[in-house]
Amino acid sequence: MSGNSALKRSRVRSAWLFLAPMLVVLAMVAGWPLLRTIYFGFTDANLADLGAMKFIGWDNYLARYDGEWSGLLVDLLWWRSVSNTLWFTLFSVTIETILGFVVALVLNAEFPGRGFVRAAVLVPWAIPTIVSAKMWGWMLHDQFGVINDMLMRVGLIHAPIAWAANSETAMWTVVMVDVWKTTPFMALLILAGLQMLPGDIYEAARIDGINPVKVFFRVTLPLVRPALMVAIIFRALDAMRIFDLIYVLTSNSRDTASMSVYARQQLVDFQEVGIGSAASTLLFLVIGIVTVLAITLGKVRLTAEPA
Amino acid sequence: MAEVELKGIRKSFGKIETIHGVDLLIRDKEFVVFVGPSGCGKSTLLRLIAGLETISGGELTFDGVRVNEAAPKERGIAMVFQSYALYPHMTVYENMAFGLELSKAGKAEIDEKVRKAAAILELTPLLERLPKQLSGGQRQRVAIGRAIVREPRVFLFDEPLSNLDAALRVQTRIEIAKLHQDMGVTMIYVTHDQVEAMTLADKIVVLNAGVVEQAGSPLELYEHPANLFVAGFIGSPQMNFIDTEVQAAGSSSVTVTLPGGEAFTVPVDGTTARKGDRVKLGIRPEHLQVGTEADDGKLAGVIEVVENLGESHFIYLRTATGALVTIRANGISSLTAKTNLSVRIPPEACHVFNSDGNALRRLG
Ligand SMILES: Nc1ncnc2c1ncn2[C@@H]1O[C@H](COP(=O)(O)OP(=O)(O)OP(=O)(O)O)[C@@H](O)[C@H]1O
Ligand SMILES: [Mg+2]
Repeated sequence: MSGNSALKRSRVRSAWLFLAPMLVVLAMVAGWPLLRTIYFGFTDANLADLGAMKFIGWDNYLARYDGEWSGLLVDLLWWRSVSNTLWFTLFSVTIETILGFVVALVLNAEFPGRGFVRAAVLVPWAIPTIVSAKMWGWMLHDQFGVINDMLMRVGLIHAPIAWAANSETAMWTVVMVDVWKTTPFMALLILAGLQMLPGDIYEAARIDGINPVKVFFRVTLPLVRPALMVAIIFRALDAMRIFDLIYVLTSNSRDTASMSVYARQQLVDFQEVGIGSAASTLLFLVIGIVTVLAITLGKVRLTAEPA
Repeated sequence: MAEVELKGIRKSFGKIETIHGVDLLIRDKEFVVFVGPSGCGKSTLLRLIAGLETISGGELTFDGVRVNEAAPKERGIAMVFQSYALYPHMTVYENMAFGLELSKAGKAEIDEKVRKAAAILELTPLLERLPKQLSGGQRQRVAIGRAIVREPRVFLFDEPLSNLDAALRVQTRIEIAKLHQDMGVTMIYVTHDQVEAMTLADKIVVLNAGVVEQAGSPLELYEHPANLFVAGFIGSPQMNFIDTEVQAAGSSSVTVTLPGGEAFTVPVDGTTARKGDRVKLGIRPEHLQVGTEADDGKLAGVIEVVENLGESHFIYLRTATGALVTIRANGISSLTAKTNLSVRIPPEACHVFNSDGNALRRLG
């Protein structure tokens, strides 16, 4: 018994020993900046003179001067950026999931040149976001863009559209470019899930003459669901931090500004390190809450399956 | 309910042909077993009949109707896979009912069929379980149940028992035999196991490298193997083959030389044989007689090993010509290694194979 617990103690010790370097690195590169940011959120720090900052409590979030509410929590622009981000996340991830699934199913089938197609599909994902955003920015340009030119030639539109600037199309444009870029990644994650499925049950289904649509919804989907949920959560987290694509395509337009864009604007353009840090802290909280919700709801759905 | 006929069936994967023209008639309600060495094309032939692979040449008919192009479902077959192929996320009940939902059968009818099949296979208490909560034998029964509820015309099994332990294998084998009697459907069964083949089959089809070596009843194959391959494949331990030469041949007997030098006359049709032909004399281990005084034929040598299995024993005998002969007899042997032994060869139990490997017809 005592030998057993001695063994356990030494195991615990070596576990900590192996974990320690990573914990130290994590604390330095993630923990410390996070704590600093949260701390800045409670100060009136300004980029022009960081040394002069004072602790001001919750004032960056919510304050009342002369009967007027001020602070992030009553800033309509902030809430606009929150809703932009959630809207973007919802639509881009949904579309990417559906398209990614279709692509994954195609790539999962046996056909000549499959390896090449698999690699080719990944190209949009491999291009750095800044590059693809710039590329799309030019293609969608209202005067010189190839897209407007093509649509006009086909006769779908009569006058060029400023896709990224027009407040009706800007958000859809961002979603479209993100879908173009990220669907391959989604497809690959789902493909990995599909390849784990046993092949024999599909032959059994063929013997039973079950139609492929039904096989998809009753066999493939339930079996690939765990992998799919991981892919969706992964993508959603990524989408909520969206910055580069939106900033390059539409700069600081309030129609598309995400939480990250808002925080950057406060921090850099307005030099308000305090407010920017408070916004970053809120962003962190929002992502945290959505993640917890997604994981718990996802789990509930997983186990409630009549599996 | 269905007679299956294969006429010159061929199958190629890419440029490589693996089934080289198989002709076979499987009668209604017959239990046919495919046996053969690994890679000989048993599974492929079964999958061609199932419709899981496309036929490259020849014609496949069910009850006289060509089904080459028909989907598995239209052929009215059901198949039990070696790996069971159960849907892992569905209960036993759902696994069995899934294939039925498509047909116009109402819920009540499906329920009745599933419960009936479950009762036959003693699965009733397990209906709400998932496959992962079942033992291997239970999973195999679910797979069989899933096939039963479809009420197929032809039942296909691809090595269904190979993942089960010996005791369960015997039990499930008996259940399958009973099922065949009760359902009265055509069954085609692939196996490696000789005992399964001999006990279950009405007809055994011995395949080798994509061709049928011989098809016939178990006893026919045992008593009248058409060639060396079948003679060596059917029966365990393997038939002994002794290289020898024809001394005299007639329409009712062939006389060969035994390793000891004596002449030995075997009652087989020797019309195609000539004096001086190189032939193989075949004798099964269980037909060699120890301790019987021989005046018609005997084999002498030194015992190498004696294996006592309890209910029977094997003796491995090295003859003067260097050949190793296996002898099998009942009970426990008191003989020991490195002693001399002479055994009787009963002529009526012998086989003779010509230099092409084909058997001369036995008359005994
Ligand atoms: N999909 C395929 N593509 C190419 N060759 C194949 C394919 N399926 C089977 N073969 C080949 O066909 C031959 C027969 O295979 P098959 O699976 O029918 O053998 P088997 O008799 O069932 O063997 P085992 O007893 O090991 O199951 C083998 O040489 C195999 O390599
Ligand atoms: Mg096989």
